[in-house]
Amino acid sequence: MKVGDRVRIKKGDVTYTGLVMPSTGEYIVLKLDNGYNVGIKKDASTKITVLKKGAKIARRKKTPAPLGNRALPKVSILSTGGTIASKVDYRTGAVSSQFSVGDILSAIPELAEIANFNGRVIYGILSENMRAEYWQELARAVADDIKKGADGVIITHGTDTMTYTAAALSFMLKTPVPIVLVGSQRSADRPSSDNVVNAVCAARVATSDIAEVTVVMHATSSDDQCLIHRGTRVRKMHTSKRDAFQSINDKPVGLVDYKDKTIYPFGEYRKRNVQELVLKEGLETKCALVKFFPGASPMIIDHYADAGYKGLVIEGTGLGHVSTEWIPSIKRAVDNGMHVIMTSQCLSGRVCDRVYDTGRDLLKAGVIEGEDMLPEVALVKLMWVLDRTDGQEEVRQLMQTSLAGEISERSTYG
Amino acid sequence: MVDYRRLGLKAGLEVHQQLDTANKLFCGCPTKLRDNNESIYEIRRHLHMTESELGEIDRAVMEAVQVQRRFVYKGYDTTCLVENDEEPPQVLNQEALDIALEVALLLNMRVVDETHTMRKIVIDGSNTSGFQRTALIASNGNIVVDGSAVRIDILCLEEEAAQRIPDDGRTYSLDRLGIPLVEIGTAPDITTPEQARSVAEHIGIILRSTGKVKRGIGTIRQDVNISIAEGARVEIKGVQTLNLIKSIVENEVTRQVGLLRIREELKKRGAMRIKADVIGVSDIFANTRCTVIETALKSGIVMAVNLPNFGGLVGREIQSNRTLGAEFSDHAKRFGVGRIFHTDELPKYGITKTEVNTVRKKVRAGPDDCVVIAAGDEGQVRSALNAVVKRANEALDGVPEETRRALPDGNSAYMRPLPGAARMYPETDVLPVRISKKRLKRIKRSLPELFQERKERYMKDYGLNEELAELITRSANAPLFEQIMRLNISPTLVVMTLEATTSELKRRGVPVQNLEAMHFIELFELICANKIAKEGIPRVLEGLANNPDKTAEEIASEAGLQTLDRVAIESVIERIVQSKRAFIKEKGYGVIGPLMGVVMLELRGKVDGKLVSTILKEKVSDIIKERG
Ligand SMILES: [Zn+2]
Repeated sequence: MKVGDRVRIKKGDVTYTGLVMPSTGEYIVLKLDNGYNVGIKKDASTKITVLKKGAKIARRKKTPAPLGNRALPKVSILSTGGTIASKVDYRTGAVSSQFSVGDILSAIPELAEIANFNGRVIYGILSENMRAEYWQELARAVADDIKKGADGVIITHGTDTMTYTAAALSFMLKTPVPIVLVGSQRSADRPSSDNVVNAVCAARVATSDIAEVTVVMHATSSDDQCLIHRGTRVRKMHTSKRDAFQSINDKPVGLVDYKDKTIYPFGEYRKRNVQELVLKEGLETKCALVKFFPGASPMIIDHYADAGYKGLVIEGTGLGHVSTEWIPSIKRAVDNGMHVIMTSQCLSGRVCDRVYDTGRDLLKAGVIEGEDMLPEVALVKLMWVLDRTDGQEEVRQLMQTSLAGEISERSTYG
Repeated sequence: MVDYRRLGLKAGLEVHQQLDTANKLFCGCPTKLRDNNESIYEIRRHLHMTESELGEIDRAVMEAVQVQRRFVYKGYDTTCLVENDEEPPQVLNQEALDIALEVALLLNMRVVDETHTMRKIVIDGSNTSGFQRTALIASNGNIVVDGSAVRIDILCLEEEAAQRIPDDGRTYSLDRLGIPLVEIGTAPDITTPEQARSVAEHIGIILRSTGKVKRGIGTIRQDVNISIAEGARVEIKGVQTLNLIKSIVENEVTRQVGLLRIREELKKRGAMRIKADVIGVSDIFANTRCTVIETALKSGIVMAVNLPNFGGLVGREIQSNRTLGAEFSDHAKRFGVGRIFHTDELPKYGITKTEVNTVRKKVRAGPDDCVVIAAGDEGQVRSALNAVVKRANEALDGVPEETRRALPDGNSAYMRPLPGAARMYPETDVLPVRISKKRLKRIKRSLPELFQERKERYMKDYGLNEELAELITRSANAPLFEQIMRLNISPTLVVMTLEATTSELKRRGVPVQNLEAMHFIELFELICANKIAKEGIPRVLEGLANNPDKTAEEIASEAGLQTLDRVAIESVIERIVQSKRAFIKEKGYGVIGPLMGVVMLELRGKVDGKLVSTILKEKVSDIIKERG
C-alpha cells in the first residue's frame, strides 16, 4: 500500500474505501470518497486490499498563465518564498511555500491587466530561514532585472522577516524604478487569502513612479486598501492580522485603493528615473542585535566581542538605556574596535542618551545613538556601513545620517 | 394516493444540530447569538477561488465565484480574530467532540480512530475563511424507526456558518460563525414522505436526549436528498420544521415526475439541444406599456432567446403554483435580472399581442416554440438568458442534479449545482485528534438512557400503560415527570397534565410557554396535600401561564379552588339533599346522577368528584332509608 493507492480497509465491522494520503504519524490516513480524511489505526483485525495501484495525487495541469500585454509596463516578479503562493505539505500536514510566476499569474488573473510580467524563482525558503547572503543574492537579481529593462520589480516574500529584507535592499540599491516587497498574512491556499489584494496593489505600485524600496500590504482588516511603507520604516506589528505591517516614526509613502487602483501619496518620495541604478551589496555579517532587559547579564556583550563581532545594536530601554553593569563591557568592546549602536525597545520615538547619567556614561563609553531608527533597520544598516568603512567617526556619521529614509531630522507629532 | 414505491422514491436526510457548548468549535468565544445592532465593527472582504487538494475546482465553487464574492461582516464583543479569519484556529473544542461522540454512540455508529479536520470550500460568504471546518467523527450507524432500519452514513462535527443579515445579500453577522454543529447524514433508505418525517423526528429526539444541544428556531435544520427512478438526486436545503419535511418530499416527487413528463413531451416533439442565440429586441418595446421593460429600457436593453419546441411547456406547472418558467427565473435571478417573461404567459403584464408576435418573428420562433424575454443591463441580461438556455437544455435530460432551497410553502427554488467531493482539503492549522478507547468507554458509561429502555422502566416502575409511557418517554418533559413522581401521586394524572392538559390549554391560546418546572411541582404538591382537587388543574395552570410570577397556591386561592374539607363538603351536600327531599323519596337511588350535577355545579374544581359521589350516596341513602 502506497500513497496515492486506492484501497479498501476493513477494520472490525467497518469498511473504509479511499485514497491513501501521506501519513501524519503511525495511523493510516485515508481520503474517503466523500472527501473527508480519516485516520485509521492498524491492528490485527485490519485488512487492507489495494483496489487500484498508484493513482497519483498529481496536481491537475494548470491553465496556462495569461499572456502579457506588451503595451503594459514590464514588471519582474522575483519569488523568494513565503505565503504569497503556497501548497499543502502532505508529509507534515503543514502549509509550505511553493511558487512560480505561472502559479501566481494563474491564481491572480487581474495582475495581467496591470503589467507585462516576467519572473523567476530566486530561492524558495521560509522567511525565518533567510540570511544576509540571501539579501545579497536578491539585490543582485533585482539589479540584473532593472538593467535588463524592468520598469518595476516585485519581490514575493514571507512576512516574518520581510522588513529586514526591505531594509537591506534599501541600503544596497539606488534604484530608478519601484522595488516592491509583498506577501500574505493568510495562506494563499484559502479563498480568503489577502494575497490577491496585496499582489494587485503591489503591481500597481511597481508600475507607479515611486522609485523606492517599499512594502505593500493591507492597510486594515478589510480587503479595500493597501499601505505603501518605506522599506526602512516598516515593521510587522501583529502575528496574524492582515494589517500587521505598520510604518513606525514616519508616515507611509501612500495608499493604494484596491477597487480603482489609484495611489494616494502621503508625502514626498523619490520619483522614477531620478537616480541611476547603483548596487552595493557588501555586508559585514559579524553584527548582532541584543535586547536589554532588567537584570540582563553583560556577558552577552563580552561574548560577541570575544567572538570578533564588528558591530552590535542594542535595543535599550526608554530613551536608550542599559544597566550601569553593562557599561564596562560596552567600553571594553568599543575600545577593541566594535561599533555599538543604541536603539530603543519603545520602537516609537528617538534615542537620547544625554538626559540621564547612564546615558551620558554610555556616550562616554563610545555608544552611537541610533536616532529614531528601528532596531532591526539599524542592524542591517550597520552591516552595510561596516562593509564600507571601519573608521569610528565615519561609522558614527553614516549611522546618524539618513541614507535611505531610515532617520527623520525632526520628530513630528502623530 | 401516490405510489412512492412504484416511483422508486429514495430519500436521505442531513440533520444539522447546534451544540450547546460553552465555547465555539475553534475559539474561546461564547456560543451566543447577538442582535445585529450590537455589532461593534465591520470588515469587508473578497473571496477568491481556490484549488482543492486534488487540483480540481469544484463546480459549485465555480458557479459561486462567477456570481458574487464581495462580502461585509459584522463583529461583536463576543467574536474574536478567529471568526475574522485573522488568527489560526485553536484546538478542536473537546466538549463539542464529546457530545458528537455521544450522539454517534446513540446512533450505533462506528467512531474513527483519528479525526482530521477538513476545509470544505464554501465561498457564498457564509464563512470568512472561504471554507467550513468539518471533521468526520463516525460512520456506519443505523436506527430503527417504525419498524424499518435506516442506515446512518456519517456524523461530522463542524462549525456553524455566519448568518446572512436579512434584506442584504452580502452582509453576514459573525456571532453564529463557529458554533459547534453535528451533521448527521442518513443513507437514501427512506421510501415515503411520512417516513422522512418520522426519521427526522427520531434523530431530533436522540439529539435532545443528550441534553447538550441548542433548542429553538434555527438551531436544528434538515436537508433532504430526494430522487425517483429516472429522476436525479436533488438536495433541498434548510428545512426548519418537521412538518415541512413531508411536503418537501411530496412536492419534489411531483416536480421530478413533472420534469420527466416534460422530457417525454420534448422527445416526442423531436427537440434538440438549444444553441443560445440571444437577440436584442429593444426597438420592439420602444413604446411599451409594460412598466418593468419601460424602466429597464431607460438605461438598459431588452433581449430575447428562442427555445424551440418548448411552447406550452414553460408555462406548465411542475409543483403547485410553480412552473418550469419559475425554474428558468431562479437561474436568471442569479445574474441580477429581476424578472423574465416567456411567451407561454403572454400577452400579459402590459406586453401586447403585437409585441409578442413581433418578437417571435424577430427570433424566428415557430408555433411550437417558446420565447423568453428579459430586460436590464446588457451583460446581466445576456448572462441571464444564457442561464435560461442552459436550464432548458437540462430539461431535455429530465431532472438536473442540483441543490435547492426549501420554501416555506413546501416547494423549493434553485440554489446551486450539487457540490462534488473535491471541496475538501485538510485544515492544516488544526492537528488531528485521536479518539482513545478509554474516552469512548467513559462516554458510553454516561450515555443517556435510550428511549426503549426508558419506556420499559416507566411501565414497570410507575405502572403506566404503553401508550402513556411512550408519550412521556419521547417528551422533553420526561425529566420533569420523574421529578414529580417523587411525590406520591398518580403517574397517569401527571402524564396527562404534562402532555394533554398543556396542549389543550395551548390550543385555547393560553401562553403555556411561560410554565416552568417549578410551576408543575408546586401544583402537584398542592394536589398531594389535598389542598386542591385534580379538577382544578387546568384553571391553576392557566392562571400560572398568565401570571408566571405567582405561586400555584396563590392562583388556587384567588380562583377559589382550594379544596373544602369534608365537613364543608358535607354541609353543601346536606343543604342540597335536604332541599330535594321529596324528589329523592319519589325517585329513590335514580336521583344520584342528576343530583351529582347540581352539587358539582357548586363545588367544581374545589373537590374531588369521587369524594362528592361517596358523600352524596351516603346522604341520599340516609333519606331513602328514613321511615315515613
Ligand atoms: Zn472567537
